[in-house]
Amino acid sequence: MDSGFKLIAGALTTMALATSALVVLPYLQVRDLEAPPELKPYTEQELRGREQYISLGCVYCHTQQPRGVESGVDALRGWGRPSVAADYVYDSPHLLGTMRTGPDLFNIGARQPSVDWQLGHLYQPRAYVAESNMPAFPFLFEHKLEAEEGEHVVQLPPSAAPDVGVIVAKPEALDLVQYLLALDRTYPAPIE
Amino acid sequence: MNISAILVSTYVISILGLFVFIWSLRKGGGQSRPNGGRVIFEPGEVGRIEDPAADSGERDALQAVSDAGNAHAHQPGKADLAVRFEADRSTRAPVLLLLGTATLWLLIGSVFGLISSIKLHEPDWLTDVAWLTFGRTRTLHLNAVAYGWTALAALGVVTWMLPRLLRTPLRGSMFTYAGTLLWNIGLGVGLYCVANGISDGMEWLEIPWQVGVLFAIGGAMIGVPLVLMLPRARVDHLYVSVWYIGAALFWFPILYLVAKIPGLHVGVEQATMNWWYGHNVLGYFFTPVALASVYYFLPKVIGRPIQSYDLSLLGFWTLAFFYGQVGAHHLVGGPIPVWLVTLSIVQSVMMVIPVIAFSVNQHQTMRGHFAALKHSPTLRFVLFGAMMYTVASVQGAMEALRTINNVTHFTHFTVAHAHLGLYGFVAMVLFGAAYFALPRVLDVEWPKRRLIDLHFGLVLAGFAIYIVTLSIGGWLQGLALLDPARSFIESVTLTYPYLQGRSLGGLLMTFGHFVFAYHFGLMVLARLRRPAPIAQAQAEVMHG
Repeated sequence: MDSGFKLIAGALTTMALATSALVVLPYLQVRDLEAPPELKPYTEQELRGREQYISLGCVYCHTQQPRGVESGVDALRGWGRPSVAADYVYDSPHLLGTMRTGPDLFNIGARQPSVDWQLGHLYQPRAYVAESNMPAFPFLFEHKLEAEEGEHVVQLPPSAAPDVGVIVAKPEALDLVQYLLALDRTYPAPIE
Repeated sequence: MNISAILVSTYVISILGLFVFIWSLRKGGGQSRPNGGRVIFEPGEVGRIEDPAADSGERDALQAVSDAGNAHAHQPGKADLAVRFEADRSTRAPVLLLLGTATLWLLIGSVFGLISSIKLHEPDWLTDVAWLTFGRTRTLHLNAVAYGWTALAALGVVTWMLPRLLRTPLRGSMFTYAGTLLWNIGLGVGLYCVANGISDGMEWLEIPWQVGVLFAIGGAMIGVPLVLMLPRARVDHLYVSVWYIGAALFWFPILYLVAKIPGLHVGVEQATMNWWYGHNVLGYFFTPVALASVYYFLPKVIGRPIQSYDLSLLGFWTLAFFYGQVGAHHLVGGPIPVWLVTLSIVQSVMMVIPVIAFSVNQHQTMRGHFAALKHSPTLRFVLFGAMMYTVASVQGAMEALRTINNVTHFTHFTVAHAHLGLYGFVAMVLFGAAYFALPRVLDVEWPKRRLIDLHFGLVLAGFAIYIVTLSIGGWLQGLALLDPARSFIESVTLTYPYLQGRSLGGLLMTFGHFVFAYHFGLMVLARLRRPAPIAQAQAEVMHG
């Protein structure tokens, strides 16, 4: 049927144009990008932490893409220089994000390098930022009478600390924090 | 020659090609098919209203509105509706399965949406287990309403409309059953994965590819009957709804498969691909199916063919061309090639063309018939949806502009916009279509006509509260984010009252969905209790 043929051919053409512009051309442009020398591949623990970041859906509230002065005041908030494509060569899946219910995390490792701050903040964000609406993640921690050998006891502000016993971090929490600390792209932007 | 120059010339050539192509589809001069819109009416049927969701009093009132608005009033008793009766009968069971499962996902998706909304202002609520954390409930909500309710309902409405549009009974219904089954399995397993933290990590594409591939296979299978029916179509040309449906059924499996090729996409290319998919699943699947429904149900309810065949042609092909390339506006200011963002902004603004073509056409068709809204439950949902399409699209075009995008990007304003399109437009049209189709599917009338009004009232109020509060809150959030004198946390705390407002809106919408599901359930029970004899059903079709 003539019109049926035109329909399918036309529809596939517009689809091909869209795919070329948004998928194929960007692929050709970034395929051979080299990582900046200061950017290190993620360690195994950091990758496990990245899996936690994905599985808990952090990306729905946090971007990882500081933007330039033409798009806002990210640098003035201490979030860093505008990111470029080469900053992401080790990132799969990408975690650029589309919401800033919370702050940008592209350089959170440089901004908050303390493991204890990060752990405590995951355990109860409101102990650190009273008006925050970040979810608490108590299921990444264990409440014990006392810590066993090799366990990481979380140092908590008095308001969040339990009356008896201690809060220890599960491996998932430690992995996640190692990933957050790895988010440090404070090196100068590579020339593209 | 640099890449921008190549792109600019490609762009100009493509646009010229597009309009030459559209011109070539016209035959002769002037209005190419003055009677193009009549193909959805049987001979002698123009001027006769149809709304199976209305009661008999409303149908009479509706007919009176139609008679007053149409130059040539219908002549009762002349139309032979046997072809349509056969078409309707052929789709009953598969459409019931599609719409039934869609409605169950709607309830699940709504509950997770409500939970997620409340969590944004009550962050210590339900934090003890991982599967109830915000990042998962939000994802469960999106996937259940998008791939569960919206997609399955859309496929159900498509399956129901096609035999009517082609004037031939459904063929290959086994493909529809199997596809529906695969799709539901994919979604059930996919949601289980997401709840347990197994995710591919990209918005709209969270369900792991090993499971999500069932959407592509199932979707393609549900498209097979169209291919089988086309050669047997008893129409002199394909109605505009068939173009939208045909294209959408081809587009979706390709989109999903390309997006999910494992190991291919990398770095920021993955981000552009993500939004190529994320926006095209709207533009190349949900939108065309909902538009196809408006083009069918609106003229059918008021008994008047669509005003302009040429406008619908223009609207379809410009949508197909422009909509595909808008996705990168989700990455304005981001670390992706500048030409790509510019292209997407240009195409987003060009989307005004198909939107105006559609809106003008619908308005011209409705002119003189707006009183029909009082008497037709279907029309109320469908026309509201059509209006929200215009609003959402114009808003989307504006939102892509850099000055406005700087404020709205990364804020709740975008979330409100998404609901304006996917709920206000697509879901509302699908509700209207379901109210129209289900009495034909089940062979019984809606048991409690007032529940349709209750459903409409609840979701309309909820939706209005949702959109107004979240848009204002998101805009203020965006202004705060741009003001270096204000701390970041201010951009969070100022949204709290608006987020609470959104929860109230979401609660009302959820109530509305339960009313719809309850009414649907009552209808199935009514059908089970007194199976209607075929002859009686035929009589109802003839006089409905």
